[in-house]
Amino acid sequence: MTAVLSLKNVTKKFGGLTAVGDVSFEIEKGEIFGLIGPNGAGKTTIFNLITAVYSLTEGEILFHGNSLIGKQPYQIADCGITRTFQNIRLFKKLSAYENVLIACHKLANYKIIDTVFFRYGKNYQNQERKLHEKTESLLKLMGLWEVRDMTAANLPYGMQRKLEIARALALEPQLLLLDEPAAGMNPEETIHLMELIRQIRDEFDLTVLIIEHHMDLIMGLCDRIFVLNFGKALAQGTPAEIQEDKRVVEAYLGKEDDAHA
Amino acid sequence: MFSWYYISGILILTGINLLTVLGLSLLTGFTGLFSFGHAGFMAIGAYTAATMTMQFHMPLLLALLLGGVVSMLVSLIIGRLTLNLKGDYFCIATLGFGEATRLILDNVQYFGGSRGLPGIPTYENNEYLAIVVFINVLAIVAMVFLIRSRHGRNMVAIREEELASQAIGINVFRYKITSLAISALYAGVAGGLMAHYLGYIQPIMFQLIKSTELTIIVIFGGLGSITGSVIGAIVLTFLPEVLRTFFQWRLVVYGAAVILIMITRPQGLMGGKELNLKAIWRWVKRRRGGAENDSSAIS
Repeated sequence: MTAVLSLKNVTKKFGGLTAVGDVSFEIEKGEIFGLIGPNGAGKTTIFNLITAVYSLTEGEILFHGNSLIGKQPYQIADCGITRTFQNIRLFKKLSAYENVLIACHKLANYKIIDTVFFRYGKNYQNQERKLHEKTESLLKLMGLWEVRDMTAANLPYGMQRKLEIARALALEPQLLLLDEPAAGMNPEETIHLMELIRQIRDEFDLTVLIIEHHMDLIMGLCDRIFVLNFGKALAQGTPAEIQEDKRVVEAYLGKEDDAHA
Repeated sequence: MFSWYYISGILILTGINLLTVLGLSLLTGFTGLFSFGHAGFMAIGAYTAATMTMQFHMPLLLALLLGGVVSMLVSLIIGRLTLNLKGDYFCIATLGFGEATRLILDNVQYFGGSRGLPGIPTYENNEYLAIVVFINVLAIVAMVFLIRSRHGRNMVAIREEELASQAIGINVFRYKITSLAISALYAGVAGGLMAHYLGYIQPIMFQLIKSTELTIIVIFGGLGSITGSVIGAIVLTFLPEVLRTFFQWRLVVYGAAVILIMITRPQGLMGGKELNLKAIWRWVKRRRGGAENDSSAIS
């Protein structure tokens, strides 16, 4: 089986600081892959490297065997990789509906000329209708249909997170990167989110890479987990293996001696 | 008190301002890029169109279009050089472009240098007003169509959140340069219209103060609103003209009006909302609903 995404010796340096050093892992198709580690371990930096917000210092990132080096962020999205953001980045002043509608834009291919001269042509009208239908189905799936006319910034925090996922799904991606999707959610909402992520993985035939601090969510959801600490690989394995791993416990809670001291 | 000749003249000037403001509204209001150099695009359109009708005896509409296209081509070059600059830096670059255009025109003797270009063919007021209205209607319809398409929505997305726009596959640079080019096209055509109304153009008409005036109109009307831009252009072109009898005080009143808007409605007159039949109906319904509630509270 070929890997959907593989990172090979990925390194990112900001001046003298190595944010991510020599990280390698592979994600298989259909997997939910967890990326965990203490604050400042470099998890979001890895997301930014995959989506070309930052450029690599060393190493290589492959998507279905093709290198992503030299691509612009929007080209990464064209390849089939989308993401959500740790500090929510919605189109704040627009409604929930418009947020998703905008993201559906790839389903249509009419040109600017068409908008002015062929607005009432069949082609234009059909494509626009397709965008609206897709938007409706996504909002319903994420349970946001009732709040579609609300301004994104006024939505409750949990719904804003869901709206970001809906917006990402609008691109019909193959790989979805979720950056702390459960941050700010209560335990009940978190469990609901877990179900939802599994459901969309099955329904859209997705591969998911997820960063999260809620250990319940990570352990209950992920097929495999990769642990980062100070930008370096610490451990990799199934949830059960990770929970047993002494180094991981140490990274999160400190050494046993320290705890007694 | 006011003759039709005078009023139709102001209406023509309003139409010319409105056309430029529409383009600028796309760039500033919908794409989120501030420009202080649109007088430069007007100047390019004005000089191109004037040269075409004077030297090559081209029909007016064709000359106007050509003025717009040349202005658009220049904007593509400028955009390629400056649109990678972030926010304020792009703004400064456009300011530089506007002033540079004026200074170049000041020194090109073919265009009459700083003395300007006289003897441009003019038209009878009513006829010209019809042309201006016709072009403006086309321009408004085209703009509304554009904004209510996926392309317009993508531009709004860039205004709202650039990084997220890229993450959902929007080619930010391409949309920014498209927006700039369309606004330059509008400004270029407007410049040509101005030249053939006044019959005389000189570089000093296209100073920084003209660019600023245009941006003020867009902000006054409300960013991200076409109707706001239309109302803004009408009010802020008429106001100084109507106040002409007060002579020295007119610019003070103009300034006061702008400041008043900034204090009472920082989002601009329309503030991102559009005025159309649907919006009016909703407003009336809410009003009526409110009145019923009030009466029930009394009884």
